[in-house]
Amino acid sequence: MSADRQGGVNAARRQFVGWGVAMAGATLAPGVMLFDLAHGRAPEAPASASVRWGMLVDATRCAPDCNACVVACAKEHGLPDGTRATDAQWIRKVELKDLRRGRTLAVPVMCQHCEQAPCVDVCPTGASFKRADGIVLVDRHTCIGCRYCMMACPYQARSFVHEPVVDPKPDVPRGKGCVESCTLCVHRIDRDQAPACVEACAAAGHRALVFGDLNDPGSEIAKRVAGYASAPLRPELGLNPGVRYHGL
Amino acid sequence: MRRAAAFVRVALLVAVGAAAALATGLEARVPRPAHAPPKGERCVEDTDFMRRNHMKLLTHQRDRTVHEGVRTRAHSLANCVDCHAGAASRSVIGRAADGSEGFCAGCHAYVGVTLDCFECHAATPRPAAAAVAKERP
Repeated sequence: MSADRQGGVNAARRQFVGWGVAMAGATLAPGVMLFDLAHGRAPEAPASASVRWGMLVDATRCAPDCNACVVACAKEHGLPDGTRATDAQWIRKVELKDLRRGRTLAVPVMCQHCEQAPCVDVCPTGASFKRADGIVLVDRHTCIGCRYCMMACPYQARSFVHEPVVDPKPDVPRGKGCVESCTLCVHRIDRDQAPACVEACAAAGHRALVFGDLNDPGSEIAKRVAGYASAPLRPELGLNPGVRYHGL
Repeated sequence: MRRAAAFVRVALLVAVGAAAALATGLEARVPRPAHAPPKGERCVEDTDFMRRNHMKLLTHQRDRTVHEGVRTRAHSLANCVDCHAGAASRSVIGRAADGSEGFCAGCHAYVGVTLDCFECHAATPRPAAAAVAKERP
Protein backbone atom coordinates (compact mmCIF):
# COMPACT_ATOMS: atom_id res chain seq x y z
CA MET A 1 0.00 0.00 0.00
CA SER A 2 2.68 2.44 1.01
CA ALA A 3 4.73 1.15 -1.94
CA ASP A 4 1.81 1.94 -4.27
CA ARG A 5 1.58 5.43 -2.91
CA GLN A 6 5.29 6.00 -3.24
CA GLY A 7 4.99 4.98 -6.89
CA GLY A 8 8.64 4.86 -7.87
CA VAL A 9 9.87 1.77 -6.06
CA ASN A 10 13.28 0.78 -7.27
CA ALA A 11 12.64 -1.99 -9.80
CA ALA A 12 16.03 -3.59 -9.20
CA ARG A 13 15.37 -3.69 -5.47
CA ARG A 14 12.00 -5.32 -6.03
CA GLN A 15 13.62 -7.92 -8.26
CA PHE A 16 16.21 -8.57 -5.55
CA VAL A 17 13.49 -9.09 -2.93
CA GLY A 18 11.73 -11.43 -5.37
CA TRP A 19 14.87 -13.53 -5.75
CA GLY A 20 15.25 -13.59 -1.99
CA VAL A 21 11.75 -15.01 -1.54
CA ALA A 22 12.42 -17.59 -4.26
CA MET A 23 15.67 -18.63 -2.59
CA ALA A 24 13.97 -18.90 0.80
CA GLY A 25 11.29 -21.11 -0.78
CA ALA A 26 13.93 -23.36 -2.33
CA THR A 27 15.84 -23.77 0.88
CA LEU A 28 12.68 -24.30 2.92
CA ALA A 29 11.28 -27.00 0.66
CA PRO A 30 13.52 -29.82 1.94
CA GLY A 31 12.99 -28.57 5.50
CA VAL A 32 9.26 -29.32 5.52
CA MET A 33 9.79 -32.26 7.86
CA LEU A 34 11.77 -30.09 10.23
CA PHE A 35 8.88 -27.67 10.48
CA ASP A 36 6.42 -30.42 11.23
CA LEU A 37 8.63 -31.96 13.90
CA ALA A 38 9.08 -28.57 15.53
CA HIS A 39 5.43 -28.73 16.61
CA GLY A 40 6.09 -31.49 19.09
CA ARG A 41 6.44 -29.40 22.21
CA ALA A 42 7.74 -30.76 25.49
CA PRO A 43 5.05 -32.27 27.75
CA GLU A 44 5.53 -29.54 30.36
CA ALA A 45 5.61 -26.69 27.79
CA PRO A 46 2.40 -24.63 27.44
CA ALA A 47 0.67 -24.12 24.08
CA SER A 48 2.55 -21.50 22.10
CA ALA A 49 1.15 -18.35 20.47
CA SER A 50 3.59 -18.85 17.60
CA VAL A 51 1.31 -21.64 16.36
CA ARG A 52 -2.14 -21.02 14.85
CA TRP A 53 -3.98 -24.28 14.33
CA GLY A 54 -6.31 -24.25 11.40
CA MET A 55 -8.30 -26.50 9.13
CA LEU A 56 -9.01 -26.25 5.44
CA VAL A 57 -12.20 -27.89 4.15
CA ASP A 58 -11.94 -28.72 0.46
CA ALA A 59 -15.57 -28.70 -0.70
CA THR A 60 -14.57 -30.11 -4.08
CA ARG A 61 -13.36 -33.32 -2.42
CA CYS A 62 -16.06 -33.69 0.26
CA ALA A 63 -18.53 -36.40 -0.81
CA PRO A 64 -22.18 -35.43 -0.17
CA ASP A 65 -23.13 -38.92 1.01
CA CYS A 66 -20.13 -39.36 3.34
CA ASN A 67 -20.54 -38.90 7.07
CA ALA A 68 -17.20 -40.25 8.26
CA CYS A 69 -16.08 -37.04 10.02
CA VAL A 70 -19.30 -36.79 12.03
CA VAL A 71 -19.16 -40.45 13.06
CA ALA A 72 -15.48 -40.22 14.01
CA CYS A 73 -16.13 -37.10 16.11
CA ALA A 74 -18.95 -38.79 18.02
CA LYS A 75 -16.78 -41.86 18.65
CA GLU A 76 -13.74 -39.86 19.75
CA HIS A 77 -15.67 -37.73 22.23
CA GLY A 78 -18.33 -40.20 23.37
CA LEU A 79 -21.13 -38.03 21.98
CA PRO A 80 -24.69 -39.37 21.71
CA ASP A 81 -25.82 -40.67 18.33
CA GLY A 82 -27.76 -37.52 17.44
CA THR A 83 -31.18 -39.12 17.39
CA ARG A 84 -32.69 -36.84 20.03
CA ALA A 85 -33.33 -33.15 19.44
CA THR A 86 -31.29 -32.30 22.52
CA ASP A 87 -28.20 -34.32 21.56
CA ALA A 88 -24.95 -32.38 21.40
CA GLN A 89 -23.60 -31.77 17.93
CA TRP A 90 -19.96 -30.79 17.50
CA ILE A 91 -19.72 -31.23 13.75
CA ARG A 92 -22.47 -31.56 11.15
CA LYS A 93 -22.74 -31.91 7.42
CA VAL A 94 -24.48 -28.95 5.80
CA GLU A 95 -25.88 -29.40 2.33
CA LEU A 96 -25.77 -26.46 -0.07
CA LYS A 97 -27.67 -26.28 -3.32
CA ASP A 98 -27.40 -23.67 -6.03
CA LEU A 99 -31.05 -23.58 -7.15
CA ARG A 100 -30.34 -21.91 -10.50
CA ARG A 101 -27.58 -24.25 -11.63
CA GLY A 102 -28.38 -27.33 -9.57
CA ARG A 103 -24.91 -27.74 -8.10
CA THR A 104 -25.15 -29.55 -4.79
CA LEU A 105 -22.40 -29.91 -2.23
CA ALA A 106 -22.15 -30.80 1.41
CA VAL A 107 -19.45 -29.62 3.78
CA PRO A 108 -18.79 -30.17 7.46
CA VAL A 109 -19.40 -27.19 9.73
CA MET A 110 -18.00 -27.10 13.25
CA CYS A 111 -16.60 -24.49 15.62
CA GLN A 112 -14.63 -22.20 13.31
CA HIS A 113 -12.08 -21.27 16.01
CA CYS A 114 -12.31 -17.54 15.35
CA GLU A 115 -9.48 -15.20 16.17
CA GLN A 116 -12.05 -12.62 17.30
CA ALA A 117 -14.43 -15.13 18.86
CA PRO A 118 -17.88 -13.71 19.75
CA CYS A 119 -18.44 -16.53 22.27
CA VAL A 120 -15.34 -15.43 24.19
CA ASP A 121 -16.48 -11.80 24.09
CA VAL A 122 -19.88 -12.47 25.63
CA CYS A 123 -19.03 -15.16 28.20
CA PRO A 124 -19.86 -13.69 31.62
CA THR A 125 -17.60 -16.02 33.60
CA GLY A 126 -14.55 -16.33 31.36
CA ALA A 127 -15.31 -20.00 30.71
CA SER A 128 -15.18 -19.47 26.93
CA PHE A 129 -11.58 -18.74 26.09
CA LYS A 130 -9.08 -18.91 23.29
CA ARG A 131 -5.93 -20.92 23.86
CA ALA A 132 -2.61 -19.38 22.87
CA ASP A 133 -2.49 -21.52 19.73
CA GLY A 134 -5.89 -20.28 18.55
CA ILE A 135 -8.17 -23.10 19.72
CA VAL A 136 -11.44 -21.84 21.19
CA LEU A 137 -12.53 -23.90 24.18
CA VAL A 138 -14.97 -24.00 27.09
CA ASP A 139 -13.56 -24.43 30.58
CA ARG A 140 -16.37 -26.51 32.05
CA HIS A 141 -15.12 -25.88 35.57
CA THR A 142 -16.15 -22.24 35.09
CA CYS A 143 -19.13 -22.61 32.71
CA ILE A 144 -22.46 -21.86 34.37
CA GLY A 145 -24.52 -23.02 31.38
CA CYS A 146 -26.06 -19.61 30.58
CA ARG A 147 -25.83 -20.29 26.83
CA TYR A 148 -25.02 -16.69 25.96
CA CYS A 149 -22.17 -18.01 23.77
CA MET A 150 -24.62 -20.18 21.84
CA MET A 151 -26.61 -17.08 20.97
CA ALA A 152 -23.49 -15.13 20.04
CA CYS A 153 -21.99 -17.78 17.75
CA PRO A 154 -22.80 -16.92 14.10
CA TYR A 155 -22.13 -20.53 13.05
CA GLN A 156 -24.42 -22.19 15.60
CA ALA A 157 -21.50 -24.38 16.46
CA ARG A 158 -22.14 -24.83 20.17
CA SER A 159 -24.36 -27.28 22.01
CA PHE A 160 -25.75 -27.44 25.51
CA VAL A 161 -25.62 -30.75 27.35
CA HIS A 162 -29.22 -31.36 28.42
CA GLU A 163 -28.99 -34.96 29.57
CA PRO A 164 -26.77 -36.66 32.16
CA VAL A 165 -23.60 -38.04 30.57
CA VAL A 166 -23.02 -41.75 31.06
CA ASP A 167 -19.49 -43.09 31.00
CA PRO A 168 -17.50 -40.12 29.62
CA LYS A 169 -14.19 -40.70 27.84
CA PRO A 170 -11.13 -40.21 30.08
CA ASP A 171 -9.75 -37.59 27.65
CA VAL A 172 -13.06 -35.82 27.12
CA PRO A 173 -14.85 -35.01 30.37
CA ARG A 174 -18.45 -33.96 29.66
CA GLY A 175 -21.30 -33.14 31.95
CA LYS A 176 -24.87 -31.99 32.04
CA GLY A 177 -25.36 -28.24 32.32
CA CYS A 178 -22.36 -27.04 30.31
CA VAL A 179 -21.97 -25.67 26.81
CA GLU A 180 -19.54 -27.49 24.55
CA SER A 181 -18.31 -27.46 20.99
CA CYS A 182 -15.58 -28.77 18.71
CA THR A 183 -12.24 -28.62 20.53
CA LEU A 184 -10.26 -29.35 17.35
CA CYS A 185 -9.46 -32.57 19.27
CA VAL A 186 -7.22 -30.60 21.59
CA HIS A 187 -6.24 -33.73 23.55
CA ARG A 188 -4.99 -35.31 20.32
CA ILE A 189 -3.18 -32.15 19.20
CA ASP A 190 -1.35 -32.10 22.54
CA ARG A 191 -0.15 -35.63 21.69
CA ASP A 192 0.92 -34.51 18.18
CA GLN A 193 -1.98 -36.28 16.48
CA ALA A 194 -4.39 -34.81 13.92
CA PRO A 195 -8.07 -34.34 14.84
CA ALA A 196 -10.27 -37.44 14.56
CA CYS A 197 -12.37 -36.03 11.69
CA VAL A 198 -9.26 -35.33 9.60
CA GLU A 199 -7.99 -38.87 10.11
CA ALA A 200 -11.41 -40.34 9.30
CA CYS A 201 -11.71 -38.25 6.14
CA ALA A 202 -8.31 -39.47 4.95
CA ALA A 203 -9.20 -43.06 5.86
CA ALA A 204 -12.40 -42.74 3.81
CA GLY A 205 -10.23 -41.76 0.87
CA HIS A 206 -11.49 -38.19 0.41
CA ARG A 207 -8.75 -36.11 2.04
CA ALA A 208 -11.11 -33.15 2.07
CA LEU A 209 -9.88 -31.93 5.47
CA VAL A 210 -6.39 -30.52 5.87
CA PHE A 211 -5.18 -29.72 9.36
CA GLY A 212 -2.04 -27.87 10.38
CA ASP A 213 -0.31 -24.74 11.56
CA LEU A 214 -1.33 -21.68 9.53
CA ASN A 215 1.69 -19.79 10.85
CA ASP A 216 4.16 -22.35 9.53
CA PRO A 217 4.91 -21.55 5.88
CA GLY A 218 6.14 -25.11 5.34
CA SER A 219 2.91 -26.83 6.45
CA GLU A 220 0.53 -28.25 3.87
CA ILE A 221 -2.35 -26.08 5.03
CA ALA A 222 -0.32 -22.87 4.79
CA LYS A 223 0.80 -23.79 1.27
CA ARG A 224 -2.75 -24.63 0.20
CA VAL A 225 -4.16 -21.43 1.72
CA ALA A 226 -1.43 -19.44 0.00
CA GLY A 227 -1.81 -21.25 -3.33
CA TYR A 228 -5.57 -21.63 -3.78
CA ALA A 229 -8.57 -19.41 -3.13
CA SER A 230 -10.17 -20.18 0.22
CA ALA A 231 -12.52 -18.22 2.38
CA PRO A 232 -13.99 -18.40 5.84
CA LEU A 233 -17.73 -18.78 6.30
CA ARG A 234 -19.37 -15.36 6.62
CA PRO A 235 -16.19 -13.37 5.94
CA GLU A 236 -18.13 -10.10 6.34
CA LEU A 237 -18.05 -10.60 10.11
CA GLY A 238 -14.27 -10.21 10.14
CA LEU A 239 -13.75 -12.91 12.76
CA ASN A 240 -10.76 -14.50 11.01
CA PRO A 241 -11.67 -18.13 11.74
CA GLY A 242 -9.05 -20.87 11.80
CA VAL A 243 -11.35 -23.04 9.66
CA ARG A 244 -11.43 -22.08 5.98
CA TYR A 245 -13.33 -23.48 2.99
CA HIS A 246 -12.16 -24.06 -0.55
CA GLY A 247 -14.52 -24.49 -3.52
CA LEU A 248 -17.80 -23.30 -2.02
CA MET B 1 22.24 -53.52 88.73
CA ARG B 2 21.15 -56.64 86.87
CA ARG B 3 17.90 -56.54 88.78
CA ALA B 4 17.20 -52.96 87.68
CA ALA B 5 17.81 -53.83 84.05
CA ALA B 6 15.39 -56.75 84.23
CA PHE B 7 12.78 -54.46 85.78
CA VAL B 8 13.14 -51.94 82.98
CA ARG B 9 12.82 -54.71 80.39
CA VAL B 10 9.60 -55.99 81.94
CA ALA B 11 8.19 -52.49 82.22
CA LEU B 12 8.91 -51.82 78.55
CA LEU B 13 7.23 -55.06 77.53
CA VAL B 14 4.12 -54.17 79.54
CA ALA B 15 3.99 -50.67 78.03
CA VAL B 16 4.29 -51.94 74.46
CA GLY B 17 1.61 -54.58 75.11
CA ALA B 18 -0.78 -52.00 76.52
CA ALA B 19 -0.27 -49.65 73.58
CA ALA B 20 -0.93 -52.47 71.13
CA ALA B 21 -4.11 -53.44 72.97
CA LEU B 22 -5.27 -49.81 72.93
CA ALA B 23 -4.54 -49.51 69.21
CA THR B 24 -6.49 -52.65 68.31
CA GLY B 25 -9.33 -51.42 70.50
CA LEU B 26 -9.40 -48.10 68.62
CA GLU B 27 -9.19 -49.91 65.32
CA ALA B 28 -12.26 -51.87 66.22
CA ARG B 29 -14.23 -48.93 67.64
CA VAL B 30 -13.54 -46.23 65.00
CA PRO B 31 -14.98 -46.84 61.55
CA ARG B 32 -12.52 -46.37 58.71
CA PRO B 33 -13.19 -45.96 55.00
CA ALA B 34 -12.91 -49.45 53.56
CA HIS B 35 -11.53 -48.70 50.15
CA ALA B 36 -9.72 -51.11 47.89
CA PRO B 37 -5.90 -50.92 47.96
CA PRO B 38 -4.37 -48.90 45.12
CA LYS B 39 -1.92 -50.30 42.58
CA GLY B 40 1.83 -49.90 42.98
CA GLU B 41 4.26 -49.28 45.82
CA ARG B 42 3.82 -45.56 46.41
CA CYS B 43 1.89 -42.51 45.23
CA VAL B 44 3.33 -39.66 43.17
CA GLU B 45 3.85 -37.74 46.46
CA ASP B 46 4.05 -38.79 50.12
CA THR B 47 0.79 -40.17 51.47
CA ASP B 48 0.53 -37.57 54.26
CA PHE B 49 1.08 -34.77 51.75
CA MET B 50 -1.49 -36.20 49.37
CA ARG B 51 -4.11 -36.57 52.12
CA ARG B 52 -3.95 -32.85 52.80
CA ASN B 53 -3.06 -31.41 49.40
CA HIS B 54 -4.34 -33.63 46.60
CA MET B 55 -7.13 -31.13 45.82
CA LYS B 56 -4.63 -28.31 45.39
CA LEU B 57 -2.49 -30.37 43.04
CA LEU B 58 -5.55 -31.37 41.03
CA THR B 59 -6.88 -27.83 40.74
CA HIS B 60 -3.50 -26.53 39.64
CA GLN B 61 -3.06 -29.28 37.08
CA ARG B 62 -6.62 -28.77 35.86
CA ASP B 63 -5.99 -25.13 34.95
CA ARG B 64 -2.64 -25.94 33.36
CA THR B 65 -4.24 -28.66 31.25
CA VAL B 66 -7.39 -26.86 30.14
CA HIS B 67 -5.86 -23.45 29.47
CA GLU B 68 -2.28 -24.26 28.48
CA GLY B 69 -2.52 -27.81 27.16
CA VAL B 70 0.04 -29.22 29.61
CA ARG B 71 -0.77 -32.90 29.96
CA THR B 72 1.93 -34.25 32.24
CA ARG B 73 0.97 -37.45 34.02
CA ALA B 74 2.04 -37.06 37.64
CA HIS B 75 -0.78 -34.87 38.96
CA SER B 76 -3.46 -35.57 36.38
CA LEU B 77 -6.83 -36.89 37.51
CA ALA B 78 -6.78 -39.64 34.87
CA ASN B 79 -3.46 -40.83 36.28
CA CYS B 80 -4.95 -40.92 39.82
CA VAL B 81 -7.83 -43.02 38.55
CA ASP B 82 -5.50 -45.41 36.70
CA CYS B 83 -3.87 -46.51 39.99
CA HIS B 84 -6.61 -45.92 42.55
CA ALA B 85 -9.54 -47.66 40.82
CA GLY B 86 -10.45 -50.77 42.79
CA ALA B 87 -9.40 -54.11 41.31
CA ALA B 88 -12.94 -55.50 41.64
CA SER B 89 -15.03 -52.46 40.76
CA ARG B 90 -12.53 -50.88 38.33
CA SER B 91 -13.75 -47.51 39.59
CA VAL B 92 -12.87 -44.86 42.19
CA ILE B 93 -16.54 -44.34 43.07
CA GLY B 94 -19.36 -46.69 44.02
CA ARG B 95 -19.17 -49.94 45.96
CA ALA B 96 -17.82 -53.23 44.63
CA ALA B 97 -19.40 -56.63 45.15
CA ASP B 98 -16.80 -57.47 47.84
CA GLY B 99 -17.96 -54.50 49.96
CA SER B 100 -14.95 -52.30 49.24
CA GLU B 101 -15.74 -48.69 48.41
CA GLY B 102 -14.29 -46.61 45.61
CA PHE B 103 -11.05 -44.94 46.73
CA CYS B 104 -12.27 -41.37 46.17
CA ALA B 105 -15.95 -41.72 47.05
CA GLY B 106 -15.32 -43.89 50.12
CA CYS B 107 -13.02 -41.37 51.80
CA HIS B 108 -15.06 -38.33 50.74
CA ALA B 109 -18.18 -39.89 52.24
CA TYR B 110 -16.21 -40.66 55.40
CA VAL B 111 -15.10 -37.04 55.89
CA GLY B 112 -18.38 -35.60 54.57
CA VAL B 113 -16.92 -33.63 51.64
CA THR B 114 -18.73 -33.36 48.32
CA LEU B 115 -16.96 -35.04 45.41
CA ASP B 116 -17.73 -33.29 42.12
CA CYS B 117 -14.99 -34.54 39.78
CA PHE B 118 -16.83 -37.58 38.54
CA GLU B 119 -19.96 -35.71 37.52
CA CYS B 120 -18.00 -35.13 34.30
CA HIS B 121 -14.71 -37.06 34.52
CA ALA B 122 -14.33 -40.77 33.90
CA ALA B 123 -14.15 -42.73 37.18
CA THR B 124 -12.75 -45.80 35.46
CA PRO B 125 -9.14 -46.28 34.35
CA ARG B 126 -8.04 -45.71 30.79
CA PRO B 127 -7.60 -48.77 28.61
CA ALA B 128 -4.10 -50.14 29.19
CA ALA B 129 -2.99 -49.50 25.61
CA ALA B 130 -4.09 -45.87 25.72
CA ALA B 131 -2.35 -45.30 29.05
CA VAL B 132 0.90 -46.68 27.66
CA ALA B 133 0.62 -44.60 24.49
CA LYS B 134 0.30 -41.48 26.60
CA GLU B 135 3.26 -42.37 28.78
CA ARG B 136 4.76 -39.02 29.72
CA PRO B 137 6.76 -37.91 32.74
